[in-house]
Amino acid sequence: MSEQELIQAIADMREEEAVQMVRDMMAHDVKPAAILDAVRKAMDIIGERYEKGVYFLPELILAGEIMSQIVEILKPKLVESPEIKRYGRVVIGTVKGDIHDIGKNIVTFMLDANGFEVLDLGVDVPPEKFVEAVREFQPQVVGLSGFLTLAFDSMRETIQALERAGLRDKVKVMIGGGSVDEHVRAYTGADAFGKDAVAGVALAKKWIGVQ
Amino acid sequence: MTPQMSPDQKREALWQGKLSPKDPQGNPLQFQSPEAEKKYKESVLRFKTAIEMEKLPDRVPVTIFPSMFPWKYAGMTVQEAMYDYEKCAAAFKKFILDFDPDVQWGAYAPGPGRFYEILDYKLYSWPGHGVAPDCCYQCNEGEYMKPEEYDALIEDPTGYFIHVYLPRVFGALNGFQMLPFFPGILEMYAVALNFIPFGLPPVQATFQALFEAGAEALKWISVIGPVDVELATMGYPALLGGFTKAPFDVLGDTLRGTKGIMLDLYRRPDKVLKAMEALTPLMIKMGINSAQATGNPLIFIPLHKGADGFLSDEQFKKFYWPTLKEVILGLIEGGCVPFPAAEGGYSSRLEVVKDLPRGKTVWMIDLTDMADAKRTLGQNACLMGNVPSSLLNLGTPEEVRAYVKRLIEVAGKDGGLIISNGAFFDEAKPENVKAMVEAAKEYGVY
Repeated sequence: MSEQELIQAIADMREEEAVQMVRDMMAHDVKPAAILDAVRKAMDIIGERYEKGVYFLPELILAGEIMSQIVEILKPKLVESPEIKRYGRVVIGTVKGDIHDIGKNIVTFMLDANGFEVLDLGVDVPPEKFVEAVREFQPQVVGLSGFLTLAFDSMRETIQALERAGLRDKVKVMIGGGSVDEHVRAYTGADAFGKDAVAGVALAKKWIGVQ
Repeated sequence: MTPQMSPDQKREALWQGKLSPKDPQGNPLQFQSPEAEKKYKESVLRFKTAIEMEKLPDRVPVTIFPSMFPWKYAGMTVQEAMYDYEKCAAAFKKFILDFDPDVQWGAYAPGPGRFYEILDYKLYSWPGHGVAPDCCYQCNEGEYMKPEEYDALIEDPTGYFIHVYLPRVFGALNGFQMLPFFPGILEMYAVALNFIPFGLPPVQATFQALFEAGAEALKWISVIGPVDVELATMGYPALLGGFTKAPFDVLGDTLRGTKGIMLDLYRRPDKVLKAMEALTPLMIKMGINSAQATGNPLIFIPLHKGADGFLSDEQFKKFYWPTLKEVILGLIEGGCVPFPAAEGGYSSRLEVVKDLPRGKTVWMIDLTDMADAKRTLGQNACLMGNVPSSLLNLGTPEEVRAYVKRLIEVAGKDGGLIISNGAFFDEAKPENVKAMVEAAKEYGVY
C-alpha cells in the first residue's frame, strides 16, 4: 500500500477504502506526517477538480468528512502538527444578520485546499468581531459573505468599521454570495466581488502574489 | 370540476374561475368600479396568455414577488409584520396600491409570529427568536432526519412525519411521538388500547398546543386572507394556488439538510432515489389539492439544491431532475400551472429542464442570463424575472428601466415573458421598484 494509492482513493471519493487504508498504514507504522501529506495532496486534486467543474458540493463535503475521519485516526499519534507551507491568511465570515453558510463554507474549503490559512468566524458576524479578528490574526485578505439583501448594509458597515479601526489599508476585502455584483461592491466599498469560490481563490491568490 | 375532464379542461376551468371571481360567500365578486373589474380581468388574461404562449398578450405582464419589502417600505420591522396582523395586512394593501403591479401574491410572507412561538418551531430563526427585529426569518439547517431513518420515511412518509419529524422541528409536538399506529385501528376487540396515548399528559399537552396554534392560525388568516379579496375588488388578482417542492429539496432542505443530502449521494444513493420516489406522489397531491382549494392555478416550486454549482450535470440528471419533472408533469395532469423558481444560477440546467410540454409552466428566473434562458427553456415555458435584487437595491430608476427594456428585447419579443424581480428581496429603493413596473407597462406593449 502506497501513499499514492491513498491519494487516489481520497481524490476519487472512495471513502471507506481510504479510511481503511489509513488504519492499515498506521498498523504498519507509516508516519502520521506522511499520511497527512498524502491527504493534503488529495485535497489539492479535489480542489483542482472543483475548479474544473468536475466536482461539486457533494465531493467537497465528502472530502471534508474523509479528512476529519483520517485526522481522528491519526490524532493519538500526532506529536506535533506538521509544518505546512501557507501562502497567506484570510479571515472569512457571513456578515451580521445573515446565517447562510453554504457558500462561505465552500470558499473556506477552497482557500484551505489552495494553501491559505483561513480563520472562519462563522455566521451572523458583527463588524466588531471582524475588526478584532483582523487585528489579531493579521490576514492579508478579508472575505465577507451574505445571501440576503440585508447583507449589503452589513458588508458596508463591516468595511467602515475596518476603516475606523485604521485597518482598511492593511487588507483587501472581497465579498460574495446571493446577488452580490459590481453594484454591491461599489456600495460596500469592497475591493472586489467573486461570483463563486473559484473566483474567490483567484482574488486571494492575486492579492497575495501567488502564481 | 369532474373527474372526466382532461388536464387542459381542468386548467381552463381554474382560469375561467379566476376570470369570473366569487366572493367568500360564493356570490359574484362585487368590484369597486367598472374600471377595477376591467383591470382585474385584463390582468388575469394577460398572465394566462403569456403563460400559454399561443398568442401575444396585450402587453408584457408585470408583477412584484417580494419577501419582506412591502413591510420595510411601510417602515415596519419584520417583527411587527409577523406579530401585528392588522398592520401587516394594511401595509401590504398599500404596497400593491402604490406600486400597481398586474398581479399580487398575497400578504402571507411574514406569517404569524405568535403561532411559531406556540409550537416552539425550531426549524427557523425569526425576529426575537434568534435574529434581530429587522431581519427576515432564516432556516436553521440541520439533520432533522437521521441517515438511518430513510427506510422509515420510504415505507410510510406520513407516519414518519407525524411520529418522528414533526416532533423534532416543533418542540410542542413532542407528544406525537407517543401516538398510536393508526392503520392498526381495525376491530372492536381491544381497539381502546390504541387510544391510551390520548389520555397521557404529554399527548394532551401537545393537543392543547395544537388547539392554541390552530386558533392563532385562524386569527391570522382571518386578517390576511381578506386582503386578497379586497385587492381583487380593486383590480388586483391573486393567482398563487399553493406550493410544493422538488423531492430532492424536500430531503435536502429541511429533512437531511445540505450536508446530509450531499453525503447521501455517495453513502446511500439508492435510499435517496427511493425516498424521492416515495415523496413524488405526495408532492403532486399537495399542489393539486391546494390549487383546487384556492381556485388558483399557479403552484409555486422554489428550487434550491439543484442550482449551478451544487451538483454536477450527471448528478442533476440522476438525482434532481427526474422526480422534479414527474412533479411538474403530475401537476399539469391535475390541471395546475407549475411555477418553479430557479433560484440562483440555472445556466447549466437549461438544456435539461427545457424538456417540458409547451405553454404549461411559468419559471421565475433569478441570476440566469435571460437571453440564454429564452433560447432554451423559454422555447417551452413562460419566463418570469429577472430584475436583480442588487439593481433594485442599489441602482437608479434609469438603470432599472434600461434593464427592463433589454429584458423585453431579448426575451419578450414573441411573448412568454413576465417582468418581475428575479429573487425574493427585503430591501430596495421604492423608486426602483416603481421604475420596474412602469418600464414594463411602457416598453412591453405589443
